[in-house]
Amino acid sequence: MSADPAHVVCHALHKRFEEGPPVLEGITFSAAPRDFISLLGPSGCGKSTLLRLIAGLTPPTAGRIEIASRGPAKHREDLAFVFQESALLPWLTVAANVELPLQLRGMPAPRRHEIRDRVLAQVSLTEKANAYPRQLSGGQKMRVSLARALTVSPRLLLLDEPFGALDEMTRHHLNEELLALREREAWTAFFVTHSVAEAVFLSNRILVMAARPGRIHAEISVPLPFPRTAATRESAAYQQLVAEATATLRSAEDASSR
Amino acid sequence: MNRRALSLLAPLVTGLLLLLAWQLLHAGLSPQKQFLVPAPAAVGRALIENHATLLQSAATTASGAALGLLAAVVIGSALAVVLAWSRVSRAALFPYLMILQMTPIIVFAPILVLLVEASLLRVASITFLICFFPLVVNATQGLVSVDPQLLDFFRLSRASRFDEFWRLRIPSAAPGFFTGLRIAATLAPIGAIVGDYTAGNSAGGVGGLGYQIILTSSRFQMPQLYATAIAGCVTGFLFVAAVVGLQWLVLRRWHPDYVGNDR
Repeated sequence: MSADPAHVVCHALHKRFEEGPPVLEGITFSAAPRDFISLLGPSGCGKSTLLRLIAGLTPPTAGRIEIASRGPAKHREDLAFVFQESALLPWLTVAANVELPLQLRGMPAPRRHEIRDRVLAQVSLTEKANAYPRQLSGGQKMRVSLARALTVSPRLLLLDEPFGALDEMTRHHLNEELLALREREAWTAFFVTHSVAEAVFLSNRILVMAARPGRIHAEISVPLPFPRTAATRESAAYQQLVAEATATLRSAEDASSR
Repeated sequence: MNRRALSLLAPLVTGLLLLLAWQLLHAGLSPQKQFLVPAPAAVGRALIENHATLLQSAATTASGAALGLLAAVVIGSALAVVLAWSRVSRAALFPYLMILQMTPIIVFAPILVLLVEASLLRVASITFLICFFPLVVNATQGLVSVDPQLLDFFRLSRASRFDEFWRLRIPSAAPGFFTGLRIAATLAPIGAIVGDYTAGNSAGGVGGLGYQIILTSSRFQMPQLYATAIAGCVTGFLFVAAVVGLQWLVLRRWHPDYVGNDR
């Protein structure tokens, strides 16, 4: 990929919806290019809202976000979002779903078919190109959704609990596949999850958030070397980190006033 | 006996019991009132004897119904897109749609009789007015209630408003549109019969089913009146069957009602 992965800075972000209580308060951090940052925290801590702020889907009430030193709205070309429950268009085939972001950006057909075929091969779904989403398993749908995100060669990849609805084995496989894709592609990633094990396995940094108001409670660095594989989960270092992160998450839950 | 045979037999048995009840009702009425409920056999004879007239007037009614329904689909869908396009257009137009819906359509009949020369167009106009509302409401509802994640995806892809409608809102409104179309297809032949009844004429032929109702009831030809009702029933059934078939053609490849999770 020619584009460099994005550099993301969030400075003193606040978010509240209308006259409600603050959803996010004083969020400050910066992500270096190629960082894989998981956002972990109890429900209601605003981690999905933070992701939507970074995507530019909703504006912050105060504070600023810089993506490679520009605002998110100008940066959508280089940004891809992977939604919960795959968010595929049920009336389009797998192939048509995957090329849709390119079609919406006005890319001519031959060029976009070439990219579509390449990313479908990357997630090993070439033979499902003409199937409809209803004919796929949950894991396959999620892989189509990942492929669709990759078509735009993103510099910044935002994933909102993408594997939350899948069974554990499928989730493990997709985690491994995601990291394999990361070895080839140049993106910075933010990954919202409820699973401590998933956060540790995927990321080099974990932001543990607390709720009411949503804020960053602690940051955990994950020094496990990349590339990580299924064997990584067996290592003592990994299990030690999961135990530590679980303890940090518990203290974040205690700090989330009811 | 297997389940399939049973499910075929059950409605037949119900039908026979209803025919029996009808026969008993006929037999039980006093001689002065017996003509009001003719025996099933007499209605059957009327159907056979008048089949040419009934077919012709059913075709007339069906033409008016089809024309009115088609106009309602075209104009109703266009209006639904206008309503879904902006909150302002919804606020501006919706109250007046409600008023139209509350207005008894019958009041337009005498106006149409004076305004429109051709009987077919009068009947189609009344059908249009009856079919219009359920089509607009269901199509608009479908266009407006789109999966918010899909909308976010389109926004992030910097889709134009046109693409948002053409590639997202209109396909995802298809099931809602067909819900409206099924209601409208049920109403269309009824609307056309009401149109015949209030604003139609025979124009040298046998007229529509509504006209046959006026004719046979004024002559107290009760078996023929019942036969006309059955012809109307069959016409309505054909309309709904056509829509169900069309819906199957359009949705079968992707909609969960048809595809299921066939993995």
